[in-house]
Amino acid sequence: MAVLNEEQEMLRDMAREWAVNESPVTEFRKVRASGEPEAFNRDAYATMAEMGWAGVIIPEEHGGSDFGFMSAGLVVEELGKTLTASPLVMNTVAASAIVLGGSDEQKAKWLPKLASGEAIATIAVDEGATHDPSKIETSVSEGKLSGTKAFVHEAHGADLFVVAAKDGLYLVEKGDGVSLATRKLTDQRSHADVTFDGAAADKLANGGDNLLDDVLDRARVLTAAEMLGMAQQVFDDTLAYLKQRVQFNQVLASFQALQHRMADLFADLAQMRSAVEAGLQAVDGGFGVARAATIAKAEANRVMHTMANEGIQLHGGIGMTDEYDVGFYLKRARVLEQSFGSSSYLKDRFAKLSSY
Amino acid sequence: MATQLEPATQTDEDAFRAEVQQFLADNFPDELKGTNNALSGVDGPTNETPAQKKWREAMGARGWGTPTWPKEYGGGGLSKAQAKILEQEMGKAGAYNPIGGMGVMMFGPTLLEYGSEEQKKEHIPPITRGEIRWCQGYSEPNAGSDLANLQTFAEDKGDHYLVNGQKTWTSGGQWADKCFAIVRTDKSDKHKGISFMLIDMDSPGVEVRPITMISGTSPFCETFFTDVKVPKDNLVGEEGQGWTIGKRLLQHERTNISGGGSLARLMGQSLGEIAKKYQPTGDDGELADAVLRDKIADFEIRWNSFLLTARRAVEESKAQGGVSEISSVLKKLGTKLSQERSELLIEIRGLQGLGWEGDGFRDSELEAVRGWLFGKATTIYGGSTEIQNNIIAKRVLGMLDHQ
Repeated sequence: MAVLNEEQEMLRDMAREWAVNESPVTEFRKVRASGEPEAFNRDAYATMAEMGWAGVIIPEEHGGSDFGFMSAGLVVEELGKTLTASPLVMNTVAASAIVLGGSDEQKAKWLPKLASGEAIATIAVDEGATHDPSKIETSVSEGKLSGTKAFVHEAHGADLFVVAAKDGLYLVEKGDGVSLATRKLTDQRSHADVTFDGAAADKLANGGDNLLDDVLDRARVLTAAEMLGMAQQVFDDTLAYLKQRVQFNQVLASFQALQHRMADLFADLAQMRSAVEAGLQAVDGGFGVARAATIAKAEANRVMHTMANEGIQLHGGIGMTDEYDVGFYLKRARVLEQSFGSSSYLKDRFAKLSSY
Repeated sequence: MATQLEPATQTDEDAFRAEVQQFLADNFPDELKGTNNALSGVDGPTNETPAQKKWREAMGARGWGTPTWPKEYGGGGLSKAQAKILEQEMGKAGAYNPIGGMGVMMFGPTLLEYGSEEQKKEHIPPITRGEIRWCQGYSEPNAGSDLANLQTFAEDKGDHYLVNGQKTWTSGGQWADKCFAIVRTDKSDKHKGISFMLIDMDSPGVEVRPITMISGTSPFCETFFTDVKVPKDNLVGEEGQGWTIGKRLLQHERTNISGGGSLARLMGQSLGEIAKKYQPTGDDGELADAVLRDKIADFEIRWNSFLLTARRAVEESKAQGGVSEISSVLKKLGTKLSQERSELLIEIRGLQGLGWEGDGFRDSELEAVRGWLFGKATTIYGGSTEIQNNIIAKRVLGMLDHQ
């Protein structure tokens, strides 16, 4: 755990308490059972926004607290532990695009609403099933944007899309020229292919040539923070299970074959936490962001992948049942692993950033 | 109070920095610039050049080779902040610390904690001056990972002990002046029968035989004790306290083996950069072998997060005022990663990366081969990876003793 300041500790403790008491995994089960494609609880999100969580990276003059990404990551990590279904991560990333690239007018129009929870935003970048921001065909002509975005996270609840076109990022509001085709993924969250057919688009003109990369790096570190919470929870749940399950007249925790696997996972988790926290801090520091974010998401992918598999295996047969939570973490883990950079994409990017 | 102290402290630090710079200008020989004391971890044979001797004596006289040890025993008596400044300035000047070895890394800190006043006065000052080499008498043929199974016996003969038995993997035993050893003083209790004592290596009855390793070097020895007389004054702590003291010393050893800082310096050059010198690249400057490129990136990402983890352990320890629980994973991670790096280096260089000796190989290539072979020991000594896993499971994760 990084060394935190007082306000960060308060924020984390508040998020932890709320997630455990008000948003345990049973709440995610209710969302799933509802079958609503937007897949989150509006009342719960309103409460989260009231507590200031939707505005953590938004400047104070636009209604946020401007605590930064490390702070946002702390909240996201705690919510990840209980698989809280909400558009918080995507809203934060989309807001960062406006903070980095928006005009004063665009900021004044959208940021206060995104901070208060009155409006929800998401980003729409990839056009295929595999993350690849170099393959964008979406184009804009005379202020009208056309193209199809694949597997957009939190699309159903979004009032605003930050859309990557060939020549930059655009704001597109839900409405005319925007249509959604639901894509039900294994994590039971909101995903849709979004088709923009001559939709009115407002360019984010101020972010420079690297705006898309900068926004994607923010998506990577926050997604990694969610995965960190999930990995920590799977580890804790698995350890607790091994300590109480008895076979051969002894608790499983006394078997050395299992102890060494837990020691390996503990070491992996330490690596993941270091990488993720450094990624969040790099965004706040504004130095070496691309590299740090690549390491953060690559380590999150690697460790979360193993953690989810080992979580199931170490739980044994009950780990395979829908009644136990561990399977939910596996299913969400893989969706996040494939989003904003699979491991092979990130390794290629790391090598490019290191000039080999 | 604090506001008054801060500017004063800043001034003090500036003054100290100036003092260090002056000392380095006066004492660090130019010809040693950029060289290092890489063997200080495992004492090598005595072959000091006059310049090296002068530098060691200058540092020893100040106590700055052991900067935070108490001044009364020959240490530098510096605060952590001052020690940091010293390290920074030495780095800038290309200077190395000539005072090293097991006395500094392991034995000294342990003796300062457990030794009597007389023992500290006798043994610490020569360590701070780099005059006495210590070796470690721990492992035995039947006491490796199960160290407490040691059988070397010290029989109470009134005014002295009579020691009989065999130690092995005695690092630098052939060059050492003295040995800190754990020996059995009571055969009836596995752990409480162990005592910690200091043995002169030139005592009658001590015989040392170097062991040749797969790397071709002999940094370790077998050490035989036959009716060796050890004065009672050389017992550290109480009889039966040896296991506690001995384990404390191992904590110092593990910290040194994993040491993210020094590893980072050793492993400073990016494998990708090295690979570009040995392997074809495409028009885009990328390695043409995509599989190898992927392996290198995969390794370097994990290596980077290890360095971040080592740094986090230090920050957490400072903030908590105690050892961070992630310190327990550093040895396990650091040693595995450095072994992996050595293997990748071979894959990058092909057979050119497996040279044993002779013309046709660069020094860096030959050193890498010996390092690759010797590096296999790092997951075995200082508590093997399997022992580290036991410790993590039991002490950190609270899983039950498997035995």
